[in-house]
Amino acid sequence: MSDPGQGADPEKERRKIKSVQKMKEIMTNYYIEAKGAADTGKKVAWITSGGPVEPLIAMDVIPVYPENHGAMIGASKMGVELCEKAEEMGYPRELCSYARSDIGCSITGGGPIGGLPEPDFLICCNNICGTVMKWYEVASRYYDVPLFILDTPFTHREFPPAAKQYVIDQIYEYIEFLERQCGRKMDYDRMQEVGRLSVEGLRLWQAVLDSGAHKPAPMTAFDAFFHLALIVTLRGTQEAVDYYRQLRDEMQERIEQGIGMVPNEKYRLLWDNLPVWYRTKWLSEKFAAHDACLVGDTYTSAWSGVLPYIDENNFLESMSVAYSQVYINVSLDIMIDTLRRMIDKYDVDGLVMHSNRSCKPYSLGQYDLQRMVMEELKIPTLVLEADMVDERSFSESQIETRIDAFMEILKS
Amino acid sequence: MITAGIDVGSITAKAAVLDAANIVGTKIISTGYDAKKAGRSVLDQLLETLDMAAQDIQALVATGYGRNTVDFADKTITEITCHGAGAHFLNPDIRFIIDVGGQDSKVIRINEAGKVMDFAMNDKCAAGTGRFLEVMARALEADLDQFGDIFLKAENPAKISSVCTVFAESEVISLIAKGESRENIIAGIHESVAARISALAKRVGVAEPVMMTGGVAKNIGAVKALEDKLETSIRVSEFAQVNGAIGAALLAERLNR
Ligand code: SF4
Repeated sequence: MSDPGQGADPEKERRKIKSVQKMKEIMTNYYIEAKGAADTGKKVAWITSGGPVEPLIAMDVIPVYPENHGAMIGASKMGVELCEKAEEMGYPRELCSYARSDIGCSITGGGPIGGLPEPDFLICCNNICGTVMKWYEVASRYYDVPLFILDTPFTHREFPPAAKQYVIDQIYEYIEFLERQCGRKMDYDRMQEVGRLSVEGLRLWQAVLDSGAHKPAPMTAFDAFFHLALIVTLRGTQEAVDYYRQLRDEMQERIEQGIGMVPNEKYRLLWDNLPVWYRTKWLSEKFAAHDACLVGDTYTSAWSGVLPYIDENNFLESMSVAYSQVYINVSLDIMIDTLRRMIDKYDVDGLVMHSNRSCKPYSLGQYDLQRMVMEELKIPTLVLEADMVDERSFSESQIETRIDAFMEILKS
Repeated sequence: MITAGIDVGSITAKAAVLDAANIVGTKIISTGYDAKKAGRSVLDQLLETLDMAAQDIQALVATGYGRNTVDFADKTITEITCHGAGAHFLNPDIRFIIDVGGQDSKVIRINEAGKVMDFAMNDKCAAGTGRFLEVMARALEADLDQFGDIFLKAENPAKISSVCTVFAESEVISLIAKGESRENIIAGIHESVAARISALAKRVGVAEPVMMTGGVAKNIGAVKALEDKLETSIRVSEFAQVNGAIGAALLAERLNR
C-alpha cells in the first residue's frame, strides 16, 4: 500500500467510489478475453448497445460493442483523429461520431485498445437509431461476415400485438441465426438462466441509480456514465450481477455515512442525452464548483428503464416488447412521461440537456421537451450544444458561459 | 456607492462607472489580441476622462467572454445576467433582450424584476452575429457604418439561403457576379441575420417589449429587419453597446463586500 499521508486529501479520498478499481479490472479482463478470442476458439459478435445480448451470452459468444469502444475513444480524447480518418474516406461529418471513430479504428488499428477484435458475425438492433443499420452493413462488407438485423418498430403510444408478434418472430430467427453461426443448438435452460441474471443485473443497476435520489447524492451522473459499461457489455452474466451488488452496497454505505459526491450539494440537476466523453471531468468539476450535482440522467437509466416490460418467466418473448421500448425508440409523449417521473423522483432543480450533434434520435425533439418541462413542470432547463466524441463540436468558453448563466438563474 | 462594470467582448471592451445607480460615464475600446490588457485599459481610460482614480471604485464586476481575465474584479458574472440587469435599469418595462455582439448573439427573457427567466445563445457558428455582417461588408467593399442605411434603400432584398458564414460569403459573391444590386444584397444579408436571430428568439419565447443591445444594435438595418421578422417594435437605447457593462456595475452594487 502506498503511504496515504503523502499529499492525499482525506476528504477527497473518502468521497472516491471504491468499486471503481473492480470495474476497471473487469473491463480490462473482458477486453483481453475478447481480443484473445481467436486463441480460445470463442466466437465474437459485434452488437449494438441497445441490442438483445442475452442469447449471445447463452450461446457463449463474446459480445463486443463498437459504441462502448466509441465511448472509450471519446474518453481518451482520440475521437477527432479517428473521425478525420473516416472523413478522409468520404464519410460526412454529420455521421454519428461513434460510427466515424470506430470506422477510423477499423482501418488504422488505432485507438485506446488498438482496435476491436474482428467479428465473426454482427447483430444490429435498430431500437436506438437508423445509423447502426448502415454502419453494420459497412462492417459486414468490410469484414465479410454475416449480419443479423433485428427491426423494432417505433412506439408512439401503444405497442400493438402485431408489432409484438413481429419482434417475437425475429427473436426466434435471431436464435436460429446464432445456431447456424455457432454450429450448435440453443440450450433453453441456459437461456432462461441468462434471462434471470439479466433481470437481476438490471434491478441492481436501477438500485444504484436510485441512490441518486438521496440527499446528498452518493454518486452523480458522471459516475453513472462510468459504471454503466457492464450493464451494456456483460448484461446477463453473474459477473455483472456481483459487481452491481457490490456497487449498490457501497452506495448504501455512503448514504448511511452521509457521504455525498459533491461536497456542498445545493442544486440538484438531471442530465439528458449521452455524456460528452472527452469532457466529463471538466463538466463535473464545473458543476461541482457551483455546488450543483447531476443526480440522475436519462441515458444510463435507459437500460433498466424497460424493466417493467420484462417477465422473468417468459424472458424471450417479453424481451421483444422491452427492447422495443427503450428511451429513444418512443414518442415525445412517452419521453416526457419518463422525464416527469425522473424529475419527481430525483427532486431536481433544473434539467441540463446535451444537444448532441451525433445522436439525432436522442437530440431531435429536445427543444420541444425543454418547452414542455419549463411550461408544465416550471423548472429551468439548459441546452448545451456539443458532441459525445468529436471535440471539434465543443466550445469551452461558450459552454462555460451557458453553465455559469444557468447557475446564476438557479441561484437568484 | 461608486461601482464599475467591465465587459470584455471579443471585438470591443466596454466599461461603465455608476454612482448610486446614475451613469457617471462609459467607454468603449477595441479588445485587440490581449483581452486581459483591454479590460484594464478600458477602465483606466474611463477613469482618466472622469478624473477619478482606481481607489474611488468601491466594487467592480467583470462580464463578457473575457470576464475571467479581469483579475482585479470583485466578481465575475455572465453577460446574460448583466444584460438582463442593464436592460431592466435602462427601461424597467423590458421583458426581452436581443444582444448581438461580435462573436455571438443571445436572447434573454426577463421578468418584471429584471431576473433572467430563460436564455439562448447561438451555437459555434458566426452566422447571425456581428462578425457575419463584417465579413459580408468586406465582400461587398461597403462601409459597415453605412450598411444599415443602404439596407433601407433596397427594393427587392436578395435571398441568401446559406446558414453558414463561409457559404453565405460565396453566395454573396455569386450574386455580385450576377449583377444583383448592392442594396438588394445588403438587405438580403440583414434578413438572413434576422432570420437566424428570430429563430433563436422564438425558441425562448418572445415577450414584449423587446430591447436590442450590443454593437449590432447601432445598425438600423439589422434592427429593422428583426422588427419585420418578429413583428414587433424594438427599443434601442443610446447605451446599447455598453448595456452589459452597466449591468455589471449595477450588480456590483449588490455585492456583499
Ligand atoms: S446515432 Fe445515437 S444511438 Fe445511433 S449509434 Fe450514434 S450515438 Fe448510438
